[in-house]
Amino acid sequence: MAMLEVEIWRGEGGDGAWRRYAVPHEANQTVLDVVTHVQRYLDPSLAYRFACRVGMCGSCAMSVNGRPRWTCRTHVSRAARKGRLRIGPLRNLPVIRDLAVDMAPFFEKWRDAEARFIPSKEPPEEPVRPDEPERMAADAGIECINCAVCYAACDSVAWNPDYPGPAVLNRLWTLANDRRDGDRDGHLDAAGAGCHLCRSHQECADACPTGLNPTAAIAGLKREVFRRALGGRARGPRQ
Amino acid sequence: MRRGPWWAFLLHRLSGVALAVFLPFHFLVLGLAVERARLDGVLDWTDNVWVKLAEAGLVVLLALHLTGGLRVLLLEFGRWSDRQQSRIAVAGGLALLAGFGFLAAAFA
Amino acid sequence: MNEAWLFAAQRLSAMVMAPLVLLHLGVILYAVRDGLSADEILSRTEGSLFWGAVYGLFVVAAAVHAPIGLRAVLREWGRWRGAGLDIAMALFGLLLLALGLRAVAAVL
Repeated sequence: MAMLEVEIWRGEGGDGAWRRYAVPHEANQTVLDVVTHVQRYLDPSLAYRFACRVGMCGSCAMSVNGRPRWTCRTHVSRAARKGRLRIGPLRNLPVIRDLAVDMAPFFEKWRDAEARFIPSKEPPEEPVRPDEPERMAADAGIECINCAVCYAACDSVAWNPDYPGPAVLNRLWTLANDRRDGDRDGHLDAAGAGCHLCRSHQECADACPTGLNPTAAIAGLKREVFRRALGGRARGPRQ
Repeated sequence: MRRGPWWAFLLHRLSGVALAVFLPFHFLVLGLAVERARLDGVLDWTDNVWVKLAEAGLVVLLALHLTGGLRVLLLEFGRWSDRQQSRIAVAGGLALLAGFGFLAAAFA
Repeated sequence: MNEAWLFAAQRLSAMVMAPLVLLHLGVILYAVRDGLSADEILSRTEGSLFWGAVYGLFVVAAAVHAPIGLRAVLREWGRWRGAGLDIAMALFGLLLLALGLRAVAAVL
């Protein structure tokens, strides 16, 4: 049977090292299957995180051969290079142990930006049509599964501790375009504090497992923030 | 691993930093124009192949920062386009063209 | 510093400078054909309200644009943040403005 040469990051907190494992290669095998094989048959102390295994929950993201990926939907045949896999924890987040990162900073930024739906006091006077431009702009970004793959792929996150990251800004853009939301100004104020830190590398869009384009969403936020700043409205937390 | 947009960003940033460093010296030299002889002194010093090549480099940096900046403005303020790679290629190509144009003019 | 304002000032100054840089590149290529001299430069610019206005605007826009860009680079790659950086960049902007306007005045 063909074997995969697998290297997995082992360690707690900031300390650790790559450890090698030989894992049998099977048809239609996913990277998560490989990690699970190691944990079940080779080293039960391996820490990693997964839940749904079908690309919905967003909990199994890891760094695979240097790229952040959702491991449950990434086939070994697509990710391996010459039968080799190097599997590590996501970048830009503190490591708890082995492949499990602390997602708290990711969600804390989400909370701090109040990137959540805030119902309007009055229902929209006009019914929301699925083909109106705002709704289509919002729909383009709603399939986010909060997996933090974009957050790990983003250099601006690595370079700026206060940058909210692609996922949060993408969410703010969907909310700003949702006519049922009651706090468009608040969402754009939150975006104004950080969206300019996006350098349009488009690593998030390349990496997003559900095919979203946060860079395009952030470009929309930049346009609005620019327009509002010239119109005299440029609130937002001072840095 | 890095793709086109990342390299476009890097060139845009490095050219910007280089121009920011160059700018005060550029202004200082031009400020000498009140005394023509001193400005001519500096300009005579620049009249050799190596300085001309360095100046061509500055022209490329300026053109690179311009086309890279137009790319960013288009990306942020224009309609989103998936033709990023071709825009990057056009930006880089025009910048190189400006550099060759300078060399052709300077050594004509 | 209000980040949204800085962002808007950066992009606005870029939009102002885009045509000016293009013009400047044209002037450079035109001016170097027969070699640069103080007489050659001053004969073009002396007493010209047009060139004074164009390059005056150019200097102001550059003095806004360069410090904001440099500030971003130093924050991201230099890990320098806070009031010290903001003050240093404001001083750099003032330096560019002073040297730049002095240069424009010198060739007018």
